[in-house]
Amino acid sequence: MRTLHKFHGGVHPPTHKAESTRTPIAQAAIPSKLVISLHQHVGGRAKPIVQVGERVLKGQKIGLSQGRQSSGVHASTSGTVTAIDMQLVAHPSGLPDLCITIVPDGKDEWIEHSGADLKNTPHSELRHKLRKAGVVGLGGAVFPSDLKADAHRHKITTLVLNGAECEPYITCDDMLMRERAADILSGAELLRELLQAEEVLIGIEDNKPEAIAAMKRAIQDGRHERMEAIPVPTMYPSGGAKQLIRILTGIEVAHGVRSTEMGVQCFNVATAYSVWRALAHGEPLISRVVTVTGNVERAQNYEVLIGTPVNELVALAGNKPDTDRYIMGGPMMGVNLPAATVGVIKATNCIIAMSDALFPPAPPALPCIRCTRCADVCPAELQPQELYWFAKAKEFGKAQQYHLFDCIECGACSYVCPSHIPLVQYYTFAKSEIRARAEEKRNADRARERHEFREYRVEREKQEKAEKLAAKEKAAKEQAIKTQLASESALTETGAARPLETVQPEAALPKE
Amino acid sequence: MSAFFAPFLNKPDSVSQIMFKVLLALIPGIALYVWYFGPAILVSITLASITALATEAAMLKLRDRPIAPFLKDNSALLTAWLLALSIPPLAPWWMVVVGTAFAISVSKHLYGGLGNNPFNPAMIGYAVLIISFPVHMTHWITPHGLGQVELSFIDQLGYIFGGALPPNVTLDAVTMATPLDTLKTHLHLDEHVNQILDMPIYGRLAGQGSEMVAWGFLLGGLYLLASRIISWHIPVAYLGTLLLTSGIFHLADPAHYVTPLFHWFSGAAMIGAFFILTDPVTSPTTQKGKLIFAAMAGLITYLIRAFGGFPDGIAFATLLMNICVPLIDAWTQPPVFGNKETKP
Amino acid sequence: MLSALLVMAAIAIVLGAVLGFAAIKFRVQGNPLVDKIDAVLPQTQCGQCGFPGCKPYATAIAAGEATINKCPPGGEEGIQKLADLLGVDPIPFGGDTQPKPKSVAFIDENTCIGCTLCIQACPVDAIAGAAKQMHTIVAAECTGCELCVAPCPVDCISMLPIEEQITNWKWRYPVYPIQAAA
Ligand code: SF4
Ligand code: SF4
Ligand code: SF4
Repeated sequence: MRTLHKFHGGVHPPTHKAESTRTPIAQAAIPSKLVISLHQHVGGRAKPIVQVGERVLKGQKIGLSQGRQSSGVHASTSGTVTAIDMQLVAHPSGLPDLCITIVPDGKDEWIEHSGADLKNTPHSELRHKLRKAGVVGLGGAVFPSDLKADAHRHKITTLVLNGAECEPYITCDDMLMRERAADILSGAELLRELLQAEEVLIGIEDNKPEAIAAMKRAIQDGRHERMEAIPVPTMYPSGGAKQLIRILTGIEVAHGVRSTEMGVQCFNVATAYSVWRALAHGEPLISRVVTVTGNVERAQNYEVLIGTPVNELVALAGNKPDTDRYIMGGPMMGVNLPAATVGVIKATNCIIAMSDALFPPAPPALPCIRCTRCADVCPAELQPQELYWFAKAKEFGKAQQYHLFDCIECGACSYVCPSHIPLVQYYTFAKSEIRARAEEKRNADRARERHEFREYRVEREKQEKAEKLAAKEKAAKEQAIKTQLASESALTETGAARPLETVQPEAALPKE
Repeated sequence: MSAFFAPFLNKPDSVSQIMFKVLLALIPGIALYVWYFGPAILVSITLASITALATEAAMLKLRDRPIAPFLKDNSALLTAWLLALSIPPLAPWWMVVVGTAFAISVSKHLYGGLGNNPFNPAMIGYAVLIISFPVHMTHWITPHGLGQVELSFIDQLGYIFGGALPPNVTLDAVTMATPLDTLKTHLHLDEHVNQILDMPIYGRLAGQGSEMVAWGFLLGGLYLLASRIISWHIPVAYLGTLLLTSGIFHLADPAHYVTPLFHWFSGAAMIGAFFILTDPVTSPTTQKGKLIFAAMAGLITYLIRAFGGFPDGIAFATLLMNICVPLIDAWTQPPVFGNKETKP
Repeated sequence: MLSALLVMAAIAIVLGAVLGFAAIKFRVQGNPLVDKIDAVLPQTQCGQCGFPGCKPYATAIAAGEATINKCPPGGEEGIQKLADLLGVDPIPFGGDTQPKPKSVAFIDENTCIGCTLCIQACPVDAIAGAAKQMHTIVAAECTGCELCVAPCPVDCISMLPIEEQITNWKWRYPVYPIQAAA
């Protein structure tokens, strides 16, 4: 038996997972339209490469990745592009972002695609294929997988596969592991190959016995070596990458450190599945499993096309009339959706229909009584009450000193706070304010430099002009003298009258 | 918590529940108090509670804050009970009122109300009373069965509200100094510890009656520990230090220094360890900080008890250590996840 | 009683020593004041403070010749920063000086005649272009100082306030008035 490690804190919110695991994953019907965001990943927004009115095929690339950290975006089914414009998206700001709207033609016609020759394609080529296929982390972080599947010359001992799924209500990974374990493991083998990792550890919370059994069976059937499905104790947030790495290997990856530097890398099970589909079958990431639960008649998991409007998806599960809002993700870290019409994105693991009856609003917040229940449960081992104090007083320097940026925003602290303080909101506020200020400072510094340089340049030009003028005058004078002398025919000119070149210390100046 | 930002779930737990459980945990101690010293304590608790709620409401109104949520948080009640339990039950009604009102208005609300007061309000109230009315603060009821006369409940009420005792009864006949105080006075007369402890006011471990009340508070404290309202750090460090320091002195000179158990079960040691020092608002938040805080408080308590001018030292130990809390917290910040070797 | 006093005195001495030590250990080394003030000014270089740039304004503040409420781009927050830095009370904007939303200049490329006057006015060299050719603003470098607007002979430069987008969106300060619980 492997010895598991513990992380500090954690909470046990009611899980509500049984509701959505009664039936297998169903195929969601093709919706009336698809609203596909061009910014579904961490990094640069993809550039649209189709025109309004153009017919696109299923799997056709419609957004080109921009910059080193970016990912491609594809049409989820065949149809016609009807708009490329700003639409509301699943983002906490509630602001619109660039989306491509496609009206499906119902034919679901694939673009020509085929798998790669997995044995003989070089790793860099495979990674490029992942990027082109738009494969990103499906656990919620949506970080481009091609970048994560690169060990950066570090020796990777352990590849951790994250099947913990610790958030209440969400069961998409659970069902995926039950039904498609073999493909997940094949994906894991590919990732192991890309990372040159030694062992593969799959962490699954022990409240999912069926998934654990399925994965164990698949490991045996597929004769996977040095691969193990490990039940981990149910405890939110054991599915946090850092927490799961800690549980399985004992390694603590500090903030600002890449886990590869410590010899570990972590992928979500659903990502491993998509990696397999992308490389072995050439299918880009155009659909994913989404749990639809909460205030619905039949909570269930669906295989959903990316871009499917949330309201059409929830309607499949039988929305109840008193649903008044939706969240994407789980109740601990999810995002309140600005509208029911936003499209499903790659990060959408779960849609919860909410009503006041199901999720009663918390009582009004009271002042912090320093009871440290929050510190007791904080998996990052922070002192949330201090962070709250500093963030509230906008003492950002202090907040950073108390490791604000180590906070993983898991919400455990807010969950237990007896004063019902929205702690995480204070942290996200402080973080975004600090980032904005750093940016402002960078801009101001650059402006200062440019201004100083300009002043210097103006000064230098003035000086040059003055010197030229002086030289001219001097020359004129000399000319006059010369003529005078010439006229006197007594002396000849020496060569010293040429003006000195001005020294150009430009190179010594700071460049932007 | 808004319904628009995660987390959308809350543990069913609230300040008012926590405070309520603390109040609940005081009940065994209070019951024993009533058993051994009569129901007068209930009168002062009631008086203090009413005053506390009224003062709280008035201050909230003055500070223009919503009244209902704060009145319901039970924190004012807790202050009131703790204060009432630390002053003599026969104290005149106006003392209870003045002490409680001061505790709530000045030491809580002038500092910003719930969660913002640096000092334990109950202990501030106590300190103000003992400094302003030292004589009244020494008249403790003689426990059941020890005095020459015993006051009926009506007589007690008469004394509390009217200041009048029944004819033929002197105040000295129905009250006495605390066991700690008596010990100190007699030690000053150069008496031997064993000789003193043979006096009828002493029981098995400490003061007759009051030792049983201390057991009651210990019981309540264990309930708080078991239900995770408080952590073990403060009670253990406090009682441990008290045990250690008093133990050393006792071993060195048993004739002049009483046993650690005497210290544990005398005065406010138990209620202090579990109910007063553990007040979350005025104690450190880090675990190491809690240990330091309580250990220092234990040391100061012992020094005041053994060498100081006041019979008991908990209030002053608490207040002194309250001052140091921000400093202790700042110095004991634990390393965060992933940074175990390099301390921040 | 005496021993109690001694105990208190000892505690006082220890705490005093600690505070004294902390005061020495955490003392900040002084930078020249002008640079410190300049560091909190927004560096828009717009001259709206009545000085020819941020540095001269900083110098004037340091010399006590200017009040801290003269910089519109800095906004209320800028005043607060200056007040904190100098240890004085913040004062509100007065008279014509009012805070402005941050904007960038935009050249209408159809109207621009390529006169280079704006290039000469820009304090941070954020305008690209040569004589007789259409000019453009390098938006990333533009500080929004508006100095280029007036010199333009054909009025083709406009200031566009920077709108909130997903990319520059910030989380709001959580405000939850404590209401009386229902
Ligand atoms: S749980 Fe809430 S009340 Fe308790 S210390 Fe943390 S923030 Fe304060
Ligand atoms: S949200 Fe941040 S501070 Fe709160 S428990 Fe999670 S990691 Fe700790
Ligand atoms: S008003 Fe303009 S020039 Fe003056 S300090 Fe502010 S940004 Fe700089």
